[in-house]
Amino acid sequence: MATSFLQSESFRDVLYIIAFSLFIQGLRGLSGPTTAVRGNRIAAVGMAIAVIATLLNPLEGNWGLIVLGVALGAAVGIPAARQVKMTAMPQMVALFNGVGGGAVFLISWSEFRLTDGYSFTPTYIAIFSLFAAIVGSVSFWGSNIAFGKLQEIIPGRPISFGSAQQIVNLVLLVLAVAGAVDIVQGNHSEVVFIGVLVCAALLGNAVVLPIGGADMPVVISLLNAFTGLSAAATGIALDNTALIVAGMIVGASGSILTNLMATAMNRSIPAIVAGGFGGSGAVEGATGAGEHAGSVRSTTAADAAIQLAYASRVMIVPGYGMAVAQAQHAVRELTKELEKRGVEVAYAIHPVAGRMPGHMNVLLAEADVPYDQLEEMDEANGEFGRTDVSLVIGANDVTNPAAKNTPSSPIYGMPILEVSDSHSVIVIKRSMNPGFAGIENELYYEPETTMLFGDAKAAVTEITAELAHI
Amino acid sequence: MILASTLTTNLAILVLAGFVGFVVISKVPNTLHTPLMSGTNAIHGIVILGGLLVIGLAGNDAFNKVILVIAIAFGTINVIGGFLVTDRMLEMFKSRPKPRDGDGDGDGGSEGKDGKGS
Repeated sequence: MATSFLQSESFRDVLYIIAFSLFIQGLRGLSGPTTAVRGNRIAAVGMAIAVIATLLNPLEGNWGLIVLGVALGAAVGIPAARQVKMTAMPQMVALFNGVGGGAVFLISWSEFRLTDGYSFTPTYIAIFSLFAAIVGSVSFWGSNIAFGKLQEIIPGRPISFGSAQQIVNLVLLVLAVAGAVDIVQGNHSEVVFIGVLVCAALLGNAVVLPIGGADMPVVISLLNAFTGLSAAATGIALDNTALIVAGMIVGASGSILTNLMATAMNRSIPAIVAGGFGGSGAVEGATGAGEHAGSVRSTTAADAAIQLAYASRVMIVPGYGMAVAQAQHAVRELTKELEKRGVEVAYAIHPVAGRMPGHMNVLLAEADVPYDQLEEMDEANGEFGRTDVSLVIGANDVTNPAAKNTPSSPIYGMPILEVSDSHSVIVIKRSMNPGFAGIENELYYEPETTMLFGDAKAAVTEITAELAHI
Repeated sequence: MILASTLTTNLAILVLAGFVGFVVISKVPNTLHTPLMSGTNAIHGIVILGGLLVIGLAGNDAFNKVILVIAIAFGTINVIGGFLVTDRMLEMFKSRPKPRDGDGDGDGGSEGKDGKGS
C-alpha cells in the first residue's frame, strides 16, 4: 500500500491548517466594504483547499455518489444564489442555516449507523456526535419554519400553545437529552437515536413557531450560531481540525450577532426564545391608543415634496416596509433628486430594522446608495437635532418614543432612532394599523409629524414626480 | 491514552478558535452584517468534509449512502450558494467607493466561487 506523500495524513493536516487560516484571513477582510470582496474570495479558496485535502484521503471511495451529491447541491445552490432578490436575503440565509443543520444531523446519523450505535468508538465521540445531531436537527427544523415565515408560507404572527409553550419545549429538550444519555451509556438501538432526532425536530418547530416577524433578526442569528456549534462538534467527533475551527468561527459570529440584535431590542435571548411579546403587550397597546384620540395629520405627496425640497438636511429612516414594497430603488431616485437641489441626505439605520442583521444596508447597497451615507443608530441620533425633515419609510417600532417615555410599554427600554428630535417628520405607512404586537406608535400623534398613507414604493415615486414640478 | 490526547488537543483548538472568531468578527461593521451571515453560512459548508469522510469509509449500507449524498448536497448548497451570494452582495457595496478609488478590483482570477473539487 504505497501511499504517496500527497495522500499522507500530515500533508492533509497541513492543508487543513492552510484552509482555516484562509477562513480567518478572509473574515478579517469583512472589516470594511473595500476589502470584503477579496476577503470572501480568500475564504472560498480556503474551502476549495479543505475539500481537495479531504478528497486526497487514500480511503476515499464512492466517487460516483460524491459527484452526485455535489451536482445536486450545485444545481440548487448556484441558481438560487444568482437569482435571489436582495429583499429575500433573510429567507436565503434561513435556508442556508437549515441545510447546514440538516447536513450535520445526517452525518451524525450515518456515523451512528456505521459504528453500530457508537459500539466501538470512545465515549467522547458519541457525546459530540449526539450533540451535533440534536443541535443540527433543531437548527434544520427551526430554520425551515423561519424560512416559511419569512416567505409567508406560514403566517408571520406568533403561533403558540400559549402558557403551555415553555413546558412543551422543556419536555422535548429533556426527552432528546435523555435519549442521548441512554445511547452514550451503551444503548445501541437506532430507534432511540431516531427518537432523539424527532424530539429535536419537534423542539426546533416549537421554538420558532411562536416567534413573531420582528424578532426574526434574533432568531436567524441564533440559528446561525447553532449550526456553527454543531459543525464544531462534528469536527471533534470526526477528529477534523478544519471543521472544528470553521464551526467555532461561525458559532462566534452567530453569537455576536444574536447578542447585538437582542441588545438593540432591549430583550433577553431567553425571553425571545420563550416566545412573542406575551398577551399583556397587546392590552397595554390598546389602552395607549385611547389616550391619543385623533390629531393624526395626513399629508399629500405634493406637500411632502415641498417640505423635502426646501429642507437643507433630510434623514431617511427605512424599515421592513421598504423591503416589502421593494422601494429601495425608488428611495435612491428620490435621494438623487433631492441632492440635485442641494439637500443633504443621509440614512439612519436601526440595527434591527428589517428581518435580519444588516438587511437595510444590503437593500440600499443594491440601489447604489454610497455606504458612507448610511448612519448607524448612535451617529444618527446625534444628528436628528439638526435635521429638517425625517422621512420614515415603513419603519415602526424602531422609531416609537414609547420605548423612551412609557415604562408600561412592551418595548420600553429598547434603543430607538430619535426621529422626533428633528424639526418635522413625514411617515410613509400603509395605514394606521399598529405594527407588530399591536403597539401604538406615539410618534404619529406628535405635532411635528405628518402621515403619508400608501405603499412605500408608490408614495416615494409620487414624491419624486412631484419634486419635478417644484 | 492517545485518544484522550486527541480530545484535549481538539478541545484546545476549539477554545482558541472561539476566541479568534470573537476577535475577528467583532471588527465587522453593522453595514456588512448580512454578507457576514451569508459568508459564515458558506464557511459552515465545511460540514461537507464530514460527508466526504464518512461516505469514503467501508461498510455504508444503502440507506447511509442516501443520507450522506443528501448531506453532501446540503453542504454544497452552503458552500457554493453561500460564497456566490456573498460575492454578489459585496460587489454592490464595493460598487461606489465614493471617497477614494485605489485598490482596483484585485480579483486575481475567478478562483473561489466553486470549491466543488471535481
